[in-house]
Amino acid sequence: MQRLSIRKLLNNKIAAYGIAGSFLILSILLGISIGTVSVPIFTIIQIILSKLFGWFSIEQIEPMFSSIVLNIRLPRVILAGLVGASLAIAGAAFQGLLRNPLADPYTLGVSSGASVGAVLTLFFNLSIPIIRSFTLPLLSILFSWLTIFLVLSFARKIERSMRVETIILTGIIFSSFLGAIISLMIALTGDELRQIIGWLLGSVSMRGWEYIKIILPFFVLGSVILIFNTKELNAMSFGEERARHLGVNVQKRKLLILTAGSILTGAAVAVSGTIGFVGLVIPHLSRLLWGPDHRHLLPLSIITGSGFLILADLISRTIISPTELPIGVITALIGAPVFALILLQRKRMERSG
Amino acid sequence: MLSVQHVSGGYTDVSVLKDISFEVKTGEMFGILGPNGSGKTTLLKMISGILPISEGNIFIKGRRLLEFNSKQLAQIIAVLSQHSSQSFSYSVKETVSLGRYAHQTGWFQTWGENDERIVQRVMQQTGVAAFQNKSIQELSGGEKQRVFLAQALAQEPEILLLDEPTNHLDLSYQKELLDLLKNWTTETGLTVLSIFHDLNLAGLYCDRLLLLENGAININHIPNEVLREERIRDVYQTEIKKHPHPKVAAPQMVLLPKVKQDRKVNCIDESMLCVYKEFIELTSALPLRTMSSGVIGSGTGWHQNFVNRHVDKDYNCSDHRKEMADFLKVNGFEPSETVGMMTAVILDDVSYKHFEGEGFSIFVAVTAGVGNAVDSSKSEQHTFEPMPGTINTWIFVNGELTEEAFIQSIMTATEAKAKALHDLNVIDGVTGTVATGTSTDSILIAATQTGKLLEYAGTITPLGKLIGKAVYECTTEGIQKSQKRKKV
Repeated sequence: MQRLSIRKLLNNKIAAYGIAGSFLILSILLGISIGTVSVPIFTIIQIILSKLFGWFSIEQIEPMFSSIVLNIRLPRVILAGLVGASLAIAGAAFQGLLRNPLADPYTLGVSSGASVGAVLTLFFNLSIPIIRSFTLPLLSILFSWLTIFLVLSFARKIERSMRVETIILTGIIFSSFLGAIISLMIALTGDELRQIIGWLLGSVSMRGWEYIKIILPFFVLGSVILIFNTKELNAMSFGEERARHLGVNVQKRKLLILTAGSILTGAAVAVSGTIGFVGLVIPHLSRLLWGPDHRHLLPLSIITGSGFLILADLISRTIISPTELPIGVITALIGAPVFALILLQRKRMERSG
Repeated sequence: MLSVQHVSGGYTDVSVLKDISFEVKTGEMFGILGPNGSGKTTLLKMISGILPISEGNIFIKGRRLLEFNSKQLAQIIAVLSQHSSQSFSYSVKETVSLGRYAHQTGWFQTWGENDERIVQRVMQQTGVAAFQNKSIQELSGGEKQRVFLAQALAQEPEILLLDEPTNHLDLSYQKELLDLLKNWTTETGLTVLSIFHDLNLAGLYCDRLLLLENGAININHIPNEVLREERIRDVYQTEIKKHPHPKVAAPQMVLLPKVKQDRKVNCIDESMLCVYKEFIELTSALPLRTMSSGVIGSGTGWHQNFVNRHVDKDYNCSDHRKEMADFLKVNGFEPSETVGMMTAVILDDVSYKHFEGEGFSIFVAVTAGVGNAVDSSKSEQHTFEPMPGTINTWIFVNGELTEEAFIQSIMTATEAKAKALHDLNVIDGVTGTVATGTSTDSILIAATQTGKLLEYAGTITPLGKLIGKAVYECTTEGIQKSQKRKKV
């Protein structure tokens, strides 16, 4: 019975993409529609289509709606979607590479590393000429990249085999340490306090199109690198040595995948602060539903990850409206129990052999 | 195909391997042996390119190992290692399909018909096709091992490296896997390099063996040369005994357990012989090493019960072995622990003697009848009709015998028997000449294998002298008794 259903799902990749895609579209529409002012879904579709293709004249629609959709809700939803997608695909890649279903930018400490980079930028009011607005994401990416390599080399020092728990523990150590550095900077800061705190809480609100322009190139770059390494990820999830025997250039591919993961995490953190557990929950769920093959796991994680974060954002701003909850609260509320569940499952499996 | 030249290296600064050189030819099954820590796995990892070579060179098809990139190497060499981790529940087919990675080139690396065909074929060959949609995490250790073998074979390698391939497999799959590999080496020219822990498996299947000792080559030769008692004893530092495989020309090693056996003095003598109407029985407290030609328990072995059964002269049974085994069971003997013989002689006429030698003793029991006496030198004049043996000789030795001594004992006993018949002037009814025995004689040599070591049993050795004398006397007495009975 179980085998049959698994086979069905395996042969039904189109259905998988269909389900994930519908989920994403539904999330987008809900995310734009619901709020203090409710916008009818048909109107949303009209506005977007007219903006994209100019099919309908926008004048028939109330200007308030069109302004809410185009200037407030749509950028917010797209940003949430991009952040969710980045974190989810990065998480899926880290998990495959490290053969560790508990790995995710947050548990590995990469998000904290990116935060340090971002806070540093804000604290010193850094702005590198030429790239200007990209200073923040670039520094975030640089710091997340440094963090992942520090965490991994430290974990290897502890134990050559790099057990799942060792990596996670190392990630927690680094997270705590980096968190302390951020606290220190906040304590030392004066005028920038509000900006830093607001950014740290993690949010996709009031960022506008500017932020989408910041994250989009990094998202595309990181995702493309990862999508071109899905077979290698498949091979490496059987162990680096095995991958090597199968013909994978492990050193090169590992560096590429880790770099891509850092780019995605760093960019996501730069625009929205630290949002935890997206990279843990989404790949896990996708794997459960559609199998571990990375060739499909990564694209599916992108789709479901963005849908998930759009919904999480929707909940965070409507649940105690008019006050907004930080989006990280919602993801942690869902993510932490899932984390615990995976851990339990793993232990049970190890015990049963 | 593969040439290793003066290779040294290892994990860190310390070289595990020192100056290793050997060559493996195409289609060869090459075994690597050695105790734990002798560098077997290190060597395999160097050949597969996982570990760096600090000195020397490895050539594959005439090209240096370092000149290959990862994919090129994977098209030639596939590896089946001892442990494989699987953190995610890939299906069996997905796992096997990964083996095609090295053959897929280009940006989009499409899955072709050829790939599909090869994957299906190797799954058939390894017997995993039946559960190809199952998750690999649900499989048993042996099934997993076969899935990874299929993955390695999907690479279509020219060289297959195996690290203890039979580790998780039960007996039948061990044999199946090695049979399969062996056939491939002969049919497709696949070259197999494999680490073995089991010396006997290595001896059975490999064309050549490389014995490593402390990171250096002890010997690289054919199995019979490598698997020598003294060499294996020295390298593995354990007591072993070599003996030939019963069916194929391959050396086998057996371990000698070092358990302190509280061996009671197990002395066989006349007090243990029980004569009943239907059979004569001798039961030893401990199993004896035997060499015999009985109906049951023939050949060499270890046996505890010895039965000489009286059957009617006209005894004729299509399956006399089974009938004898049933008879033993009915009388409370375990056939696998018993040497059983048959005779038509009246069992009361058994004659037996116990002789003491220097540090050892023998006990001989003979039932003799010469109804169908034959002169073996002219036996071609006889037609063959198997009949229950008429001179059955049992020789028990309270001492330790070598293999030679067993054979020499049989020779000595046979010569003594022939002489007894000669001296009694027993005539072969067909040829009219003096007989040397009967057509269906049986013999048993049984030794306690404790006490004095008796290396030889030729006619003028201490043991041979006693055997000759005892057999001659017992046979003479036995024949006289049965002849007397006939006259009466």
